[in-house]
Amino acid sequence: MRIAYISIISARYRTLLQYRAAAIAGFVTQLFWGCINIMVMMAFFALSSEEQPISLAQVVSYIWLGQALLGMLPWTVDKEIEAMILNGDVSYELVRPIDLYDFWFCRTIALRTASTTLRSIPMLIFAMVVLPLAGLDNWALDLPASMTSFLVFTISLFFALMLAVSFTMIMHVVLVYTLSGEGINRILPAFTIILSGNIIPLPLFPDWLQPFLNLQPFRGLVDVPFRIYTGNIEALAAGPDILHQIVWTIAFILIGRFMLMRSMGRMVIQGG
Amino acid sequence: MSQIVVESLWKRFQVAERKPGFVGALRGVFSRSYREINALRNVGFSVEPGELVGYIGPNGAGKSTTIKVLSGILAPSSGKCEINGLTPWLNRQQHVKNIGVVFGQRTQLWWDLPVVESFELLRDIYQVPTRDYKDRRDELVQTMQIEDLLDTPVRQLSLGQRMRCDLVAALLHRPSILFLDEPTIGLDAVSKLAIREFIRKLNRDHGVTVILTTHDMDEIEALCERIIVIDNGAIFNDGTLESLRSRVNPERRLKVEFSENIAFSHDDVRIVSREGNTLHLSFNPNRMTTTGLIQLLSESYPVKDLFVENPPIEEIIAQLYETNS
Amino acid sequence: MYWRLILVSILGQMQYKVSFILNVTGQFVSTIIEMAAIWALFTRFGSLEHWKFEEVCLFYGIVNISFAIADGLSSGFDRFGTEYIRTGNFDRILVRPRGIVLQLLGHELALRRLGRLTQGLIVLVWAIVMLDLVLDPITFIYLMITIASGTCLFMALFVLQATLSFWSVESLEVMNTLTYGGVQTTQYPISIYEEWFRKFFTFVVPVACVAYFPILVLLGKQDPLGSSIVFQVLSPIAGFLFLAFAIALFRFVGVKHYTSTGS
Repeated sequence: MRIAYISIISARYRTLLQYRAAAIAGFVTQLFWGCINIMVMMAFFALSSEEQPISLAQVVSYIWLGQALLGMLPWTVDKEIEAMILNGDVSYELVRPIDLYDFWFCRTIALRTASTTLRSIPMLIFAMVVLPLAGLDNWALDLPASMTSFLVFTISLFFALMLAVSFTMIMHVVLVYTLSGEGINRILPAFTIILSGNIIPLPLFPDWLQPFLNLQPFRGLVDVPFRIYTGNIEALAAGPDILHQIVWTIAFILIGRFMLMRSMGRMVIQGG
Repeated sequence: MSQIVVESLWKRFQVAERKPGFVGALRGVFSRSYREINALRNVGFSVEPGELVGYIGPNGAGKSTTIKVLSGILAPSSGKCEINGLTPWLNRQQHVKNIGVVFGQRTQLWWDLPVVESFELLRDIYQVPTRDYKDRRDELVQTMQIEDLLDTPVRQLSLGQRMRCDLVAALLHRPSILFLDEPTIGLDAVSKLAIREFIRKLNRDHGVTVILTTHDMDEIEALCERIIVIDNGAIFNDGTLESLRSRVNPERRLKVEFSENIAFSHDDVRIVSREGNTLHLSFNPNRMTTTGLIQLLSESYPVKDLFVENPPIEEIIAQLYETNS
Repeated sequence: MYWRLILVSILGQMQYKVSFILNVTGQFVSTIIEMAAIWALFTRFGSLEHWKFEEVCLFYGIVNISFAIADGLSSGFDRFGTEYIRTGNFDRILVRPRGIVLQLLGHELALRRLGRLTQGLIVLVWAIVMLDLVLDPITFIYLMITIASGTCLFMALFVLQATLSFWSVESLEVMNTLTYGGVQTTQYPISIYEEWFRKFFTFVVPVACVAYFPILVLLGKQDPLGSSIVFQVLSPIAGFLFLAFAIALFRFVGVKHYTSTGS
């Protein structure tokens, strides 16, 4: 059975890799966003004399990582799954001898990684190599704070992916419930993105909000791995943060599974 | 023992009603009224292994609902259904391993992948051993003549090509039962014939049980010995084409050409039309047998040629739908 | 006819009640969240160069109102590539005895944009109150012209995107840098950006002309970049001209290409 899931993932990769043009477009778009964000941050930092909880250089690295790994964030759903749910074809997924949650989970891993891999490499090269070569050192993505930071970062990034996938699965299941591609799945990503730290790094939020920000699940998507990378979170002290990611991933998987089971039960009765 | 047993199957749906116009839409925002629809009413039949059954009826009669119940996609409101000893909607994953399903106008292939990769994906999903898969695939591909299409992404296939590939995809795991829901809808004549031939071969040579829904009466006539007619959610007729024919329209027709102009009349025989020396006669076989009529005619009149005509099946079905609605 | 099309679209959207309400609130919430990010930055840093939070809110409000209206009206252009060209539905438009642009405008009035619109309005009114701006008739009319000009400009970007899709429907995501990117850029005063970037958004895609310059006029503020007051006052004209240009391109280059190649 394992093999089935691996081949689902690889099939999905090949599908997405066919759309190279879209990847280039995405690259340009994200480059642009990165630039705006950096300029805004530079302007804010320029006149500030106080010590901030995160340095400008760290913020710039954080922004580039955010652009490179944007596709990993759970802000879209799988277009094919969505189409299937909306036109009622989803019930035909049931003629396959395979657990639907696992099946979709694999597709979602592929969705979250395939285009990201494709886009992140040129983005990282640009931000790490091209910008410094062009003399724009303070615009560039710095190397990880240390080798240890990098190792812990990769671990944390893996759990960020699992968190993103399990949350995307919840969005899929919500689609099954609401039968509309719009609505709640437009509200959720807005929260997800800002709470992840992708819009502005979480340490820049007011101090009184920090306890809440530290509890909520979405910081595991962006804030935790990126701050480990930049050294803003000490790599060797990152244990609790990674545990935080794992706990929330498990919670999302359990919720998603339960909801899917219920909604599929309903679909089998109502005919979708 | 029968392979498929269906007993007193009922399926009720709740359908939201929408009021027309602006006010209606506005009211729809706040409250909705529901209407209950019986998609299946007491449906029951059984199918032996190796049968090829045509399942026909007008749009909305309950054909697709039945197929969905049989393939485990839909649970009925009440009733019993056992296929290979399993209840589809309860033992879904186990059940679907034994069946193949093709829904016309829908594809189970991956839109952006070359056909062969979809096949391989299905191989893994259905856990078909690699060697077995290769033999099976080559055999099916050859019969369906899709060798040249294997490396084409599905989105670039024509409808006919795609349907051929879909059929192959549904059979890779050697199912013992195949459900075909309008497999030839919208296809060109050549593809239709190829698919028809394929289904026949599959059924005859491999003993695969086939349940076929279609609107194409030629197809039914060419393929199916047994026909189940469903209308308004209930089974209207279950039997051979002949039995359906005699039930809906027992009338037989005889076209007789005489060597001269003659006057003919008989109480049990109606003259439908007359073209010169040729008469189109119509009679009820329960009151006048065909041989009896021929004997009577050839004894009393100078008969030049005789031709027995049956009303074409389209006409029967049209009549059937008419009388029912 | 336009109204008929719009009415049908509104009715259609209202029938999915939960989804409709969620759509509007979804938009509303996501724009509030954008605002929250800006607010968070101001709380952390106090000010942005010469600009106060309330002033940036004025930018934010005006740009988002313009964009919300434009976006709501242009979904026929926004999804032109996927819904008309790829599917061949554009042929249906061509055989109808009505103007092409008008038919596309009537594609759907995306009501969920109400969320962004409402939020933009709230932010704008709040900013006006906090800044003690006096809305005499002339200022008010100038504000309206600014918003109308911004609407035209963003619509023009959607039209340009649709024009490009006559050639390719892929990679149009790049246009988002101009539409959403334009909004993102101009909800901050452009004086904070690098020069090349400012020039691009003033002279190539004149987003600054429908936000930054007229807002300086409204605020009665000196331009830290040193532009003349005449230029500032007249800058909204750029929005209208840009739309005329885009529609011309769509009609006379795009549609012509389509009808002559048939693809």
